[in-house]
This record gives sequence, structure tokens and C-alpha cells, in this order.
Amino acid sequence: MSAAEEVVTEAPAVEAVPKRAMTLGYGTSLVVLAALILTPLFVKNFIIFQMTMLLIYGLAVLALNILTGGSGQFSLGQSAFYAIGAYTTAILMEHFNVNYALTLPVAGVICFAAGFLFGQPALRLSGVYLALATFALATAMPQLLKLGFFEHWTGGVQGLVVTKPDAPFGLPLSQDMWLYYFTLAITIGIYIASVNLLRSRSGRAFMAIRDNEIAASAMGVDVSLYKTLAFGVSAGITGVAGGLGAIAVQFVAPDGYTITLAISLFLGMVVGGVGWLPGSIVGSAFIIFVPNIAEGISKGLSGAVFGVLLFLVIFLVPHGARQVALIAQQLAAKLKKN
Amino acid sequence: MPFKLRTAVLSAAVIAFAATSGSAFAQKKYDTGASDTEIKIGNIIPYSGPASAYGAIGKTEEAYFRMINDQGGINGRKINFITYDDAYSPPKAVEQVRKLVESDEVLVVFNPLGTPSNTAIQKYLNSKKIPQLFVATGATKWNDPKNFPWTMGWQPSYQSEAHIYAKWLMKEKPDAKVAILYQNDDFGKDYLKGTKDGLGAKASSMITLEESYEVSEPSIDGHIVKIKAANPDVLLIYATPKFAAQTIKKTAELGWKPLQIVTNVSISVGSVMQPAGFENGQGVLSAAYAKDGSDPQWANDPGMKKWNEFLDKYMPGADKTDSALVYGYGAAQTLAKVLQTCGDDLTRANVMKQAASLKDFVPDTLLPGVKINTSVTDFAPVSQLQMMRFKGQKWELFGEIISGDIPTD
Repeated sequence: MSAAEEVVTEAPAVEAVPKRAMTLGYGTSLVVLAALILTPLFVKNFIIFQMTMLLIYGLAVLALNILTGGSGQFSLGQSAFYAIGAYTTAILMEHFNVNYALTLPVAGVICFAAGFLFGQPALRLSGVYLALATFALATAMPQLLKLGFFEHWTGGVQGLVVTKPDAPFGLPLSQDMWLYYFTLAITIGIYIASVNLLRSRSGRAFMAIRDNEIAASAMGVDVSLYKTLAFGVSAGITGVAGGLGAIAVQFVAPDGYTITLAISLFLGMVVGGVGWLPGSIVGSAFIIFVPNIAEGISKGLSGAVFGVLLFLVIFLVPHGARQVALIAQQLAAKLKKN
Repeated sequence: MPFKLRTAVLSAAVIAFAATSGSAFAQKKYDTGASDTEIKIGNIIPYSGPASAYGAIGKTEEAYFRMINDQGGINGRKINFITYDDAYSPPKAVEQVRKLVESDEVLVVFNPLGTPSNTAIQKYLNSKKIPQLFVATGATKWNDPKNFPWTMGWQPSYQSEAHIYAKWLMKEKPDAKVAILYQNDDFGKDYLKGTKDGLGAKASSMITLEESYEVSEPSIDGHIVKIKAANPDVLLIYATPKFAAQTIKKTAELGWKPLQIVTNVSISVGSVMQPAGFENGQGVLSAAYAKDGSDPQWANDPGMKKWNEFLDKYMPGADKTDSALVYGYGAAQTLAKVLQTCGDDLTRANVMKQAASLKDFVPDTLLPGVKINTSVTDFAPVSQLQMMRFKGQKWELFGEIISGDIPTD
């Protein structure tokens, strides 16, 4: 039985987003996975690079999805954690000659700590106020990176150039293709871990808080601990994505991590469907490719065209990719019955 | 570092190729992006985002090549100018440049704008041996043919301009007490460094105050009051247009009359001197390499007449006080010249070779006497400036054309 059918048949009063509906059906997952593994073999390096960015932004959107879809907290500050992750990787690689693969866990841990700490004061805030507090974090970050105090490590406004790794063990893969599969492996790992997290005791605690904080605390959930934990996990995953982004783009600079990035990630989450993890990749595709399509339609009015496209998506399918998937499932089921 | 070695070998190869390819003109040679009928040129520029005002440069270049195509193209080949929006974001710049190179398959990437974006794509383009030609930034690091033989600047670097001011001060006002107001980013810091280098040993005794501001500040007045309190007699204004106009205005409001020198970035009569108030700007000094489209003294200049005709026909309604239109025209004309001298040998190596052998080339929009010169060791095409003083409602040039060439270390 597929996940989407459950959503349709189950009583809606139980949960806003049923746990199992957070993932794709088994068969669909395999098809998507096969497509992600096989496509790079047939396309140009540039497309592979774009697919790598798709996965990286997908990870960042996924992280936000855990925070918002899982624990019900808003964040417009994800770009700050992304920047911390990117700079951690870049500084470790370029100043300390650490292997690129080893920099990612470090980036993740540092961002987890940053997110956890930021989660403490954020506990007092909720809804739009929390969104504003995180917004402040995102606007402050590019300027903090430019501070003279850090300049020795961050390179100030000039940023840091990162060396792209070659495929190890003499594998006959181009740099782009190796990095893609490397990113894919990490993405799959984090995706599975996230799904399991949300299905676990902690995940249930997140969702209990999301649905009703008072009820959750009455049931014995340590609300403040789980809220900060959600922030930490989300920031940690975003940091890993940032680190991967630094390696893929081969450059970090304050201008790459402005509030625009945070808003893009938020947008990606909404378009993908809040609380539906597979939608992250769809949301990521939206924020990468739709601006290009908009630019193709009109260079001078690209922003306006993008706005219209976004409006259409929100108007026609307010629950994003999740809704589209659901409709597709229903259609398929109808066809089967006939 | 293996990368440096590779580029060193590469530059040696370029030079060797340059030495032996004198007779190659007879036969047609093409790299990806060029053919009998077409030359593909790629470009990235911010059309959206905080720096979208620069988008006018890309639009001017697009219009310029449309004019070239209407006139029959270059050596019979049409220019296919492909320009993308990078929103002034380095990750987006990498994506768009890779699209230009790997998907659109352009011959060269021309006039990409912004120091961060260019830093992000420099290594990629150099390792792929694709010309990153005439980058639209004034940072000093683009003139580095030894390490980056496929990257070339266009406009004078900020540091060389600051050198010129320092030299002038040492000659005319050796006992001056100098205050420097600069924008706290790579742009402002390049000027600061150039000034200090130019003053040399006298820097510590002459500079009495260095004051920086953030580009996000709404007003600069507080800084000016602070500077005035230190009572310097020379004020160097290394600020972008909005802040330069505020500075000139505020200084006058305070009834303070130091000698003011303003960066070349902020000399537009239309967008700096007029908002600051003409009466407040009297006697302000600067330096220029290009003509100002809103300055009446060029009304009968043959070069600017061509520029005006071009705008009227291909960009009707464009704002002629926008210096981006002068800039884009000059840069595009330089590229057209390079492609013309390439003849039928449209390989990337030959494009770089021709770009590095410009001799006394004068685009329509440069000041009389300013010429573009390049060589295998000089990748800074425009490196001359002339001092000027604001008088009445326009800039009056004075003194000689000064070369500000400085080598990269």
C-alpha cells in the first residue's frame, strides 16, 4: 500500500502530516534513486554540476523541512548556517590542508552547536517573531564574515578559493562526476537518517510540539530540549550542505550567503511541500531552475516572471509537490480500478 | 603547487605559439564557439539583485554587438552575444559561466562583472584555457599573466588610480594632513593600499585619519563630522556614488573647505555632482580615463557623437547620464577590435594573443590621449588617467596623461 493512499483513507484528525506520509513509497524511491544514479552517465559535466547543486540545495531544504515541517519552528536564517558550514570546509581545506571529506563532519558539528546555541534564546519566541530573529542572523552573517578580526582566515570580502578534489583511487571519473556521486551518497545517508529521526521517539516529540506545545509538555515531552535539538539538527545538516556547496562551487565569499539564499531555501521548502521530505528535492529544483526559465522568458523582467510562476504554484497547488504527488497517486489508483 | 606549474607551462606555450603563428593567417582555424558564420561570446552580469544597476553595461554591450551585426559582423561573422544574470552571487556566477562554456560553448567569456564573481570563475576558466577577457572590476589582481594567462582586466585598477593621487599630493602639497574616507570592502581597501604605497615613507606622517564606513549605512554624515574634528586639509573620498555625493554636500554644509579628491567611480556629473550641488563641488579633484556622457564639453567630440548615435538607434530612451553606457560601449569596442585582428584564426589562444598585443588602440569613449596598450607581461589594457578639477557644471582636465601601471606582486 502506498503512502499517499493512506493519507486519503486515514481520518484527517489524527495528524497534520502522518509520519509515514513523510516518505515516498518503496517502488517510487527506487525509481528516483536509479534516475539519480544513472542520469550523470549520459549528460554533460555542466548538467552534472547542476545536479550536484540540486542535491546540495535539496539537503539544505530538507534541513529546514525537519525544523518547520517536523517541529513547527520557522527559520529565515538558514543561510547563516550554510555560510558557517561553507567557511568551515573552505578554511580547513585551504589553511589546514584537511581532506575535503573530513571537513564535512566538522562543518556539521560546528553548525549543530551554533544552531543548538541559537535555539536557546529562540525558545522564547515563536511564529513570526522567531522568523524575524532568524532573519536577523541571516542579515548579520555576511558582515560578520567581512570583519577584520576574522579576515586572516576568511579572506574578508575577497573570499577563499577552494581546490576541487579529484576522484580517489585513480577512478576514471571526472571531478564533477566524482563530486556528484560523493554528494549523492551523503544526501542518501542524511535522507535516510532524517526519515528515521522523524519516525523515532524524538521525531514524535518534534511533531507533538508542532501540533500542540501544551499537550506535548503534558505528555512529558521536554519542550525546550526538543525545540533546540530540532534547531541543532537542522543547522547541522545545513552546515554539511554548505560545506559541499563550497567544494562544488570552489569558492566562498560573503556575497554568496546573503538573505536571498535563506529566502530561496524557505521558498524551496514551501514549493516542495512543508513536512514532506522527498519534496525537498523538488523545491531545490524550483529554486535552481525556475529563475533560469524566468530569465529565458524575459531578461529585464526576470524577477517579475519568477514572481508570476511562484504565484501560480502557490495558487494552484498550495501544498506544493506533495499535493502533485498525491493527485498523481489518486489518478494511478483510479486507472488501476478501471 | 601543481596548478601554478601547469599555468606556467601554459603561458610558455602561449608565448611560443605567439612567436610561431605569424603565418597562420592564411588558413581558417577555429576553437569551440567560432565558425565561418558566427562567433559566440559569453557574458555574466547582475541583472537582478543589489547590484542590478550594472545590468546597463550588459544591455549596452548586447546593443553594441547588434549594431556590429547590422553592419555585417566582424570579418563576415555575426556576433552571438549570450549574457546571463548572476545576481552578483558567486555560486550563481559559477553556474552561469559553466553553462556558457559547457552548454552554449562560447569562444570567450567577456566582461564578467564584480570582483567576487570573477574570483569564483577565474580558476575554472584558466584550467579550461578559456579567455576571461576584459573583466569588469578594478581590483589589481587581474593583471597577473604569469599565474593566470587567460584572465585580463580592462579598466585602470583602483590601486593605480590611488597611486596617481598620492604622487600628485607629494608634488603639490607635500606638507598636507590627509584624511581618508573609504568604503569597508575590497574596493575601498584597494584605494587605501594604493594611497599608502604611493605615499611610501611619508604615508605615516601625512595620513592623519583613516575612516571607514559600511555600504549598508543610510547616511555618512557622522563620519564627516568626525573627520572634520581631526582638522585635516586634504580629504580623500574613496566612496561609491551615493556616499560621495553625501560627503561633498555635508562638507559644504559644515562650512569646511578641505581639498577634496573623489574616486573615479564617483565622478558622474548626473549622479554625483548634481545631487551634491554644483556650488558645493567646486574645486573637487579626481581623475578620469573615459568621457562623461552627461558632460557638455564632449557635445562635438567625434567619438561621443558616434556613441550618441548608437544610443539613439539601438537603445532609445536610455539614460545618457549613466556611466555604465559609456563603459559598456568602450569595453565592447575593445573586444570587437581584438576579434577583428584575430582574422580567420579564431582560436582561444589567438584571441588572448591579440588581446595582449593591442598597440595605442583608442575606443571612442576614452579621453583624448588615453590609449589601450597591452603586452604578454601587461594585462592591464587601460592604465592611464588624467587629473581633473570640477568647475562650474563640468570637469576640467588638467596636467598630463599619467600612467598608473603597477605590477602585481
